[in-house]
Amino acid sequence: MPLLAEEVKSRIETAEPGIAMKVFRNSILLEKPEDLLRAAAFLKSAPDFRMDYLASVTAVDYLKYLESVYHLYSIEKKTGPVVLRVRVPRKDPRIPSLVGLYRGAELQERENYDLFGIVYEGHPDLRRLFLWETFEGHPLRKDYVQEDSEVLEAADIEWLDRHGISSPKEVRQHALELRKQGKRAVAEKDGKEGA
Amino acid sequence: MHRTSVRDRNEIDTQTLEINFGPQHPSTHGVFRMHVVLDGETIVSLKPVFGYLHRNHEQIAENITYLASMPYTDRLDYLNAMTNNFGYALAVEKLASIEVPERAQYLRVIMAELTRLVNHMALIGFLLNDLGAFFTPVLYAFREREKILDLFEEISGSRMMCNYFRFGGVKRDVSDGQLAEIQKLVEAFPRFLDEFEALLAKNEILCMRCQNVGVLSPALAVNASLTGPVLRASGVSYDLRKVDRYSLYDRFDFRIPLGAKGDTYDRYYVRVLEMHESVKILRQALRGLPAGDTMNKKMLPFLKAPRNFKPPVGDAYGRIESPKGELGYYVVSDGSPQPWRYHVRAPSLINVTVLEDLCVGHKIADAIIILGSIDIVLGEVDR
Repeated sequence: MPLLAEEVKSRIETAEPGIAMKVFRNSILLEKPEDLLRAAAFLKSAPDFRMDYLASVTAVDYLKYLESVYHLYSIEKKTGPVVLRVRVPRKDPRIPSLVGLYRGAELQERENYDLFGIVYEGHPDLRRLFLWETFEGHPLRKDYVQEDSEVLEAADIEWLDRHGISSPKEVRQHALELRKQGKRAVAEKDGKEGA
Repeated sequence: MHRTSVRDRNEIDTQTLEINFGPQHPSTHGVFRMHVVLDGETIVSLKPVFGYLHRNHEQIAENITYLASMPYTDRLDYLNAMTNNFGYALAVEKLASIEVPERAQYLRVIMAELTRLVNHMALIGFLLNDLGAFFTPVLYAFREREKILDLFEEISGSRMMCNYFRFGGVKRDVSDGQLAEIQKLVEAFPRFLDEFEALLAKNEILCMRCQNVGVLSPALAVNASLTGPVLRASGVSYDLRKVDRYSLYDRFDFRIPLGAKGDTYDRYYVRVLEMHESVKILRQALRGLPAGDTMNKKMLPFLKAPRNFKPPVGDAYGRIESPKGELGYYVVSDGSPQPWRYHVRAPSLINVTVLEDLCVGHKIADAIIILGSIDIVLGEVDR
């Protein structure tokens, strides 16, 4: 049984005044990330919602901002979803963590931190989930470019030299040119042929 | 190493031991590593480490057309290709408001329930393997599983990587001969289940090893977003087939088996009972299967030209009850032939959240069966 976002919004407004929000695609867009905890805590405890089950936490990169999307359901009342959205700037994105309310957010927030770089403040163990700690960048951001592992860069050549390994002249020259232009060896994005 | 002195008790200085359990350990069911701290053989702390099979499935899907992701979903939980397809098809159909003909809906339910049988059999077989009943139960289970996979091969073209679902229907119709074979298999299945159960359910070693091991409270199960048989073994009645009534599940008469204690034995036995319920659904679906189309006519052109398929701008979250729990797909469309965002809510990954809570205080050998009873497939965990 789906819930109407308008209705949920007016209920939150009466119970928790001061939360700025609007309805967007039958979901609730919280205008300030700080309000997320209050809104979620209300939905979880209010007797006519009892949103006790956080099904999914995910993020989307909309180029101008990052959005974190939460799908809440109620196991007790068998209703849902109530969808919450929070938007944060791409530079230094910070959202309060829901792990205190829902343990189920633990791994999903780590996944978003790993792949989008969103920092969930208050998460007990915010580490990368899939990639290694020294990995640079966040692959699900739209501006992420994969480095080309086949092409050597100047730093690689220096490493080879330090270890006394010779490298072909053309490869060397290409690496130096890249450095001169201030570029990195970037893998070419495969065409749009996918069928 | 952490030193914990117990000198005042017995004059022996002991220390805890940190070990890496996996990633190449046969009982981790794939490449999964647990960082375990042991006091003797008792687990003090356990941290799962993921990512050995990570291939950024979601980014791959964002760079290809909607339909091209369908075969990739097969490889998420590679035991249950049919249900993976089902969830993705459901999400995109919700996004683009596509109707599915009745016959296709029935075929989808039949395939999903056969997949549930495959998954639960494999799980029980491997769980017994972890308990030390080396490969005999697995081979009993695989004998039956193979019959279902043969059917899948005949119907979809592949045993495991079925790629059978399409937006608005299914890829191929099923012939009367194939239906008769499914019917035969479904009729014979309860006999196998009874045989399997007679051999296992009251087995003393199974009971001793599984009962009261890894007890999961209903409150924690709900709070940690667990779904599927793991949640129901703790006594929480939540099955998306009943709650969402997606596809045609409102037409079938079946029950949701629940566990009483939430221990490993309950998680094992709930799956046995679920297989009986799946057989019930299969019988009803085979009886009620109507004649008609297996594809929505409007969607046929997109099979040959998938780049022309452009769902309207918006987003949709489609979820199904996969054999492992709630399998959800969150798809965002920007009106182009490729999804702007594609996310898989993987039940295997989220069910691992409570692994540490279940294992702490138990012996290292129990951690193996607790992990086995949670039922993870690393293709889905790591994506």
